[in-house]
Amino acid sequence: MVKEIEILTADDTELMCISREGTLSLSLNEMQTIQTHFGTLGRNPTDVEIETIAQTWSEHCVHKTFKSTILYSEDGKEPEQIDGLFPSFIQRATEEIAKPWCVSVFSDNAGIIEFDEQFNLVFKVETHNHPSAIEPYGGAGTGIGGVIRDALGTGLGAKPILNTDVFCFGLPDTPYAQLPKGTLHPKRVFKGVVAGVRDYGNRMGIPTANGAILFDARYTANPLVFCGNVGLIPRNRCEKSVEPGDLVVAIGGQTGRDGIHGATFSSAELDDTSESLGSVVQIGNPIMEKKIVDALLQARDRNLYRSITDCGAGGFSSAVGEMGEDIGAEVHLERVSLKYEGLAPWEIWLSEAQERMVIAVPPENLDELMEICEAEVVEATVLGTFTDTRRLQVFYEGTVVADLEMEFLHHGLPMPVKEAVWEPPKHPDMASRDEETVNYTNDLERLLASPNIASKESVIRQYDHGVQGGMVINPLVGVENDGPSDACVTTPVLGSRTGVIVANGINPKYSDVDPYLSAAAAIDEALRNIVAVGGTLEKTALLDNFCWGNPDKPDRLGELVRAARACYDIATAYGTPFISGKDSLYNEYRDTTTGEQRAIPSTLLISAICVMPDIQNAVTMDVKMPGNLIYVVGNTYAELGGSHYFNIHGFVGNTAPAIRPSEGKLTMERLSTAINSGLVRSCHDCSEGGIGVAAAEMAFSGGYGMSLRLDDIPTGEEIDADDFLLFSESNSRFLVEIEPQHQHAYESHMAGIPLGCLGTVSDTSEFVIKGKTGRLIIETSIDILKSAWQVF
Amino acid sequence: MRPKTLILRTAGTNCDAETDMAFQLAGAETALVHIQHLISDKVNLADYQILAIPGGFSYGDDIAAGILLAIEMKHKLTDALNRFVEDGKLIIGICNGFQVLVRTGLLPGKDTSEMAQQATLAMNTSSKFECRWVDLETQESPCVFTKGVKARVYLPVAHAEGRFTAPANVLSELEANNQVVFRYAESRYPNNPNGSDSNIAGICDATGKIFGLMPHPERFLTKWNHPRWTRVAKTQETPSEEGDGLVIFKNAVDYVKSNLL
Repeated sequence: MVKEIEILTADDTELMCISREGTLSLSLNEMQTIQTHFGTLGRNPTDVEIETIAQTWSEHCVHKTFKSTILYSEDGKEPEQIDGLFPSFIQRATEEIAKPWCVSVFSDNAGIIEFDEQFNLVFKVETHNHPSAIEPYGGAGTGIGGVIRDALGTGLGAKPILNTDVFCFGLPDTPYAQLPKGTLHPKRVFKGVVAGVRDYGNRMGIPTANGAILFDARYTANPLVFCGNVGLIPRNRCEKSVEPGDLVVAIGGQTGRDGIHGATFSSAELDDTSESLGSVVQIGNPIMEKKIVDALLQARDRNLYRSITDCGAGGFSSAVGEMGEDIGAEVHLERVSLKYEGLAPWEIWLSEAQERMVIAVPPENLDELMEICEAEVVEATVLGTFTDTRRLQVFYEGTVVADLEMEFLHHGLPMPVKEAVWEPPKHPDMASRDEETVNYTNDLERLLASPNIASKESVIRQYDHGVQGGMVINPLVGVENDGPSDACVTTPVLGSRTGVIVANGINPKYSDVDPYLSAAAAIDEALRNIVAVGGTLEKTALLDNFCWGNPDKPDRLGELVRAARACYDIATAYGTPFISGKDSLYNEYRDTTTGEQRAIPSTLLISAICVMPDIQNAVTMDVKMPGNLIYVVGNTYAELGGSHYFNIHGFVGNTAPAIRPSEGKLTMERLSTAINSGLVRSCHDCSEGGIGVAAAEMAFSGGYGMSLRLDDIPTGEEIDADDFLLFSESNSRFLVEIEPQHQHAYESHMAGIPLGCLGTVSDTSEFVIKGKTGRLIIETSIDILKSAWQVF
Repeated sequence: MRPKTLILRTAGTNCDAETDMAFQLAGAETALVHIQHLISDKVNLADYQILAIPGGFSYGDDIAAGILLAIEMKHKLTDALNRFVEDGKLIIGICNGFQVLVRTGLLPGKDTSEMAQQATLAMNTSSKFECRWVDLETQESPCVFTKGVKARVYLPVAHAEGRFTAPANVLSELEANNQVVFRYAESRYPNNPNGSDSNIAGICDATGKIFGLMPHPERFLTKWNHPRWTRVAKTQETPSEEGDGLVIFKNAVDYVKSNLL
């Protein structure tokens, strides 16, 4: 049953061969370290041991790239040494911001922040990209299933209250002939991923109420699936510990051969043969997970266990290995409840079969725990004991199959030094089309109909966003409940008016110009969305999820350095700490016959969560009343690099929106107080498609037209071009609707902030905009704009 | 004494907490009870006056929505359920709970106690799960849960299998006995979100004491649940913070207070 892996006598070629053929994803340096370690022990490792090490050391589990030293050179300058992206940029930002309401950051399965007197919130976002590329339905479903278990495995277990999801797909109209070998059509991926998230989230009874869907040809072979979960946890259940003598108890689903090597698989590139790796994708069962939640939350409230974690990547090997890291653990694999016979010990140990949690139970509490599990019809099995040996000892039918020092397992990994370079790219630039075009009505309609901006209602409606009864700002708002809300707001404690706002920001198109600006814009956008519904920077925390190409390639890593640096700069400037994050690297596709290599656009998702003291102050983005005034808040610059306007005309450009955080912070803070003092009737952030798209969305969502002029738009530089004014995507800008009787109060409240009154809400469906010189540049109706936008 | 409501749970139930909240706000004493505890006699159904079967995906809605829980109830709680009904106590099934009541035969219900299924809730004509708010028309009916409910109510639906359909004779009997409690206000999609026969959104049995509906009144307990509450002018304070769904639970509690305690 157990094999010895012959490494003591292996040369470098053989070592790499062992790594490759076993899907271990270990580098030569790592294989050599293992060889040396076992050399001193005078024996070869078993398959269980080498698999355990490979899981524990995988990029997926240990985040080598974010912890290792990087030699970075930019634009031909002297190389600079960065001692780990995570400590230097992410963790440091949080430490410097030092918010007292951060309860636990980066240490547990999810970040924890304070909510009210009784409860805290946990928030985690994960990716499940490679599985979703191969098997969209199962990959996405288990993606959401996995992140829910992260919340459940945080502290002593949080009740899941909200799901978020962000997807990046190839273009829906990709011709079949252009599909890279072995990949699924983006439409098929899209449909499968949505169905997977829908069926899992809805069955679990968790509202899915925030998200985004983006399209770019470069996601065709490697789609991205981000799944997030917010949980509610009592304040006195946020800490965990494990004592020697506690029982290792597995609870939930049975173990099968599904999902073996998920952690190491996701730490390598995809290629045209990946589709045959079906067994690396797990099989989800949301009702099983719901039963676990029902049982565990009762056990938690009765204090029956001391620690908990989920079986995610690496299965039991990671879960038990992590929980027993400081003390030791002994596990007997023959006790594991199996789906079917015939699994080798290493397969039981590594299986990523879903819906399993591991808890540390003091022996005296076992009977009471079992009673709960019986009543909820959930299987629980004692697998072994936590010990004081500082060793991870695994047995199968009385035979030792693994005996590893915790110290080597968790701290023996050699950290590589990586090289990174970044050269600013140069793209052809696009000039204003003012000379050649009579008006921009057609451009506006095209923008609204472009896949990234167009309505996602057909997807959103398939998610239950009302379950749990606390939703107060839905993902769809407006007079016909179909406008695009900036963020969702929910009240997880029924009967209380304290709300949670969840929003996100993501701008991979700017990465083509500068990943620094892409990351900065993602943070700015997530915060704008929070502020637009009535949140405040003061109470907002962030999550970072990096999806990147192969970081062993210096240019990809250089982009990562740029983005991580922006995270530090902008988060500290806004005072919004990171509380959790995750990276998914190696998002590349390789055609093994042609050798052609495709990386995804460097993609950073920023998720934001904010506690709102009184939901009564929330506002939505739909205009409310004819005669009200429409203001733009924040300066516009001629920043169209990576914009959607350039994109529909086939350009990337070079001037992506810059970030001016001191301006932005002041703008957002002042706008927050204006909203919370009831001066604002509606508010929408300006993002993709700029002022033009934002105004159109506000108008058709509210069911009223608008009559606007561009001459009063506040600008940070001289801009004469109407199309640049209308479609620039400069950061930190909003459109707001003000009742005439509040005009004076609003203007004086906003004194010192760039502000311009663009016009009014009209009582007809006409949507007209006059350019700087007074000529009509948009002349259409909200019905036409809305039907363009509702193209899906 | 406060009326006692048993909120039934099983694997996949997921609207139990908000249904619990609704009954508490209505003044009931509530207990969330797993069906295993009823089957094993740890909990006695006879101690309660109201049985609520909340929404969710009981047993994953495997085979068809609500069918496994319905079978379990019919075969493992036969006597307890029959006595509950004979005692004139109240039963409400919301969404998945409605699907369960129809599949047990408790709805539309008939004279015999055989609990035979006469109608069904089939896949939506849109073939997909949909979450949206719809206008309902309250009908003249003997239903004790909807006394004094507004003629038109706005409530959310969230389901994939909500198309009420039955043979013509069952439908005409329903109409003749005024057992249709709520209809979708328009027959066109999406306001009739599932293509139900006669726009039926909720029905009761002939006594009016057993009530099932696809929409979720427990999701509209406060004014902030309304999807357009931000469109009400800030100056124009609504007199009540109560949502339109709460009255359904209050009616049940009031009925028990006046008739069963």
